[in-house]
Amino acid sequence: MRVLVPLPVLLCLVGCAVTLVLGHRPRAQRLVTTAVLTGVVAAAAALLVLAVTEGPQQVTVGGWPAGVGIGLVADRLSTLVLLTSTVVALAVMVFSTGQGRTGDDASAPVSIYHPTYLALTAGMCIAFLAADLFNLYVGFEVLLTASYVLLSLGGTSTRIRASATYVVVSLTSSLLFLTAVGLVYAATGTVAMADLPGRIAALPAPVATALQLVLLVAFGIKAAAFPLSGWLPDSYPAAAAPVAAVFAGLLTKVGVYAVIRTHDLLFGAGTLRVPLMAVALATLVVGILGALVQDDLRRLLSFTLVSHIGYMLFGVALGTTAGVAAAVFYAVHHILVQTALFLVVGLLEHRTGTTSLRRLGGLAAAAPGTAVLFLLPALNLAGIPPFSGFLGKLALLRAGAADGGWDAWTLVAGAVLTSLLTLYAVARVWSAAFWNGGSAVREGASPAAPRPAHRAMTAATAAVVVLVTGLSLAGGPLLSLARTAAQDTSDARRYQVVVGGVDDGRGAP
Amino acid sequence: MSPTVVLTITVGGLIAVGVYLLSSRHLSRVVLGIVVASNGVNLLLVSAAGPAGPAPVLGAGGEVSEETLPGAADPLPQAFVLTAIVITFAVTAFGLALAYRLSRLDGDDVVRDADEHLRTRGETAEEHREDEQDGPAGPTGASRRGAPHGEGAS
Repeated sequence: MRVLVPLPVLLCLVGCAVTLVLGHRPRAQRLVTTAVLTGVVAAAAALLVLAVTEGPQQVTVGGWPAGVGIGLVADRLSTLVLLTSTVVALAVMVFSTGQGRTGDDASAPVSIYHPTYLALTAGMCIAFLAADLFNLYVGFEVLLTASYVLLSLGGTSTRIRASATYVVVSLTSSLLFLTAVGLVYAATGTVAMADLPGRIAALPAPVATALQLVLLVAFGIKAAAFPLSGWLPDSYPAAAAPVAAVFAGLLTKVGVYAVIRTHDLLFGAGTLRVPLMAVALATLVVGILGALVQDDLRRLLSFTLVSHIGYMLFGVALGTTAGVAAAVFYAVHHILVQTALFLVVGLLEHRTGTTSLRRLGGLAAAAPGTAVLFLLPALNLAGIPPFSGFLGKLALLRAGAADGGWDAWTLVAGAVLTSLLTLYAVARVWSAAFWNGGSAVREGASPAAPRPAHRAMTAATAAVVVLVTGLSLAGGPLLSLARTAAQDTSDARRYQVVVGGVDDGRGAP
Repeated sequence: MSPTVVLTITVGGLIAVGVYLLSSRHLSRVVLGIVVASNGVNLLLVSAAGPAGPAPVLGAGGEVSEETLPGAADPLPQAFVLTAIVITFAVTAFGLALAYRLSRLDGDDVVRDADEHLRTRGETAEEHREDEQDGPAGPTGASRRGAPHGEGAS
């Protein structure tokens, strides 16, 4: 069944080509894209089942010897994140086809939207399945280049300005990543993740730390960890609603995935513990403080997005299996909950024509369905029991308490504080946009009449909300799956056994 | 492996020039900076391959190894560089298109602060631009000529 491993990537790329050819037939484009993404979800689900029942699947594309060809690995960690991400990608695509049919964003060049979206998904699949650092880099680049196009769709002044920030920051991080790949190769003679742990362990400690720092800074920019997160709230809010939703759900989490994948495996659990803890704490607290003062709903959510990246970094910094498992669980939860919230904001914007808290009001009465769709993931984000956000935070706090170090306890305190402040932030949104005032749009708003959302938009949003709410029910099994996934990554020998170490001494330094 | 001093210095020089250009607010300069720095990083990858040697071509008989072809160049980093060049080409094209679009919209290719960003700080875009123009002649004048400046990096 190893043929399944490259299938998500292949399907997306073929779909990308087909939709590009069908540029002038939007109906056919929508059909192909939805079919392709459904196929990708099915392939990802099959891969997850295979990875759990039969162990990790490995493929070297093109029949090249391992270490030279493009290696893909589908283990529990990569397939779990892959499945979550592709489900989100499908839901957002359904949302955007619904939005397209209502005639919104009519000025956008729709013909390139679908191919680019599929290229983005392909890049994401490559990044998740990559078995070596260079392939990871290529995956990132495919993903990012597609995201540049998606962010600047329409080419309005706001989007171009936002894209400029986003593109320059992303390119800088890519340059750093490529530098890191070059330095790792120079130091060890390989970029295959199965071979690297042994080779890096043999390096002098300062060299290994330097390599780790360069990689972490590169991934930190992509994941939007605090000192490197300023670009995110400036760029995401400008994007079209579905694009912002898919960015918020997926892009930063690919960076987080890269950190989870490389940190313990390549450099050993618990390395750079205190600096990572400090970054996690700063991301948590500074991010959420930023969210408290925002007026624009999407900007506010972007700040909570940055803030909650800190939870996952906290789990990685702990370096214990419980910590990494909690980080993986939290990543799955975070992908779904952020997408859900951004989609709901898309619905609100579609209805009222604004995302400004000063202008919105009284939506609980005007749009009770949308209000429920907002409230569920919002409470989930803040970590109210019994939602998955609570379970993820609880797992992290328990991992932190089990660790028992002073730095872990500081992080536990910071995590609880952030959770409370998140609740305050979403409560503020609730009272301003849903309770306050009598009309759906208060005076001074744009004259755009309330437009009913297409049922595909509501259905897609509801599906993601149901999924993220349903995560609470699947919390136990998911957490144990995350734990075994974390074991795969934190133990280098285990990864080599499951992936099949390809170290035959070739290309040694 | 032993990187040559010339290559190493070139890599450092190219990346330094690239980073300097990256700190500009003019998008076209930034794109040029990306191009220069990318070439620096590509050279870094080449130098990571070790010393130059005969082409590692697969012979009629079988596999390339240290025995059959002593001192052969390492092909893997060269494959990396080729891929990286293609990627740089794509993003450069996109960056230039972005700069062109920005100059069509704004009259120049200067990337300005987001309005919402300024509103959070309690200013409006107009005030901010006035502030910039009323500021001391030194940095503002330099920014109009397009030299890199740190203002607004907050």
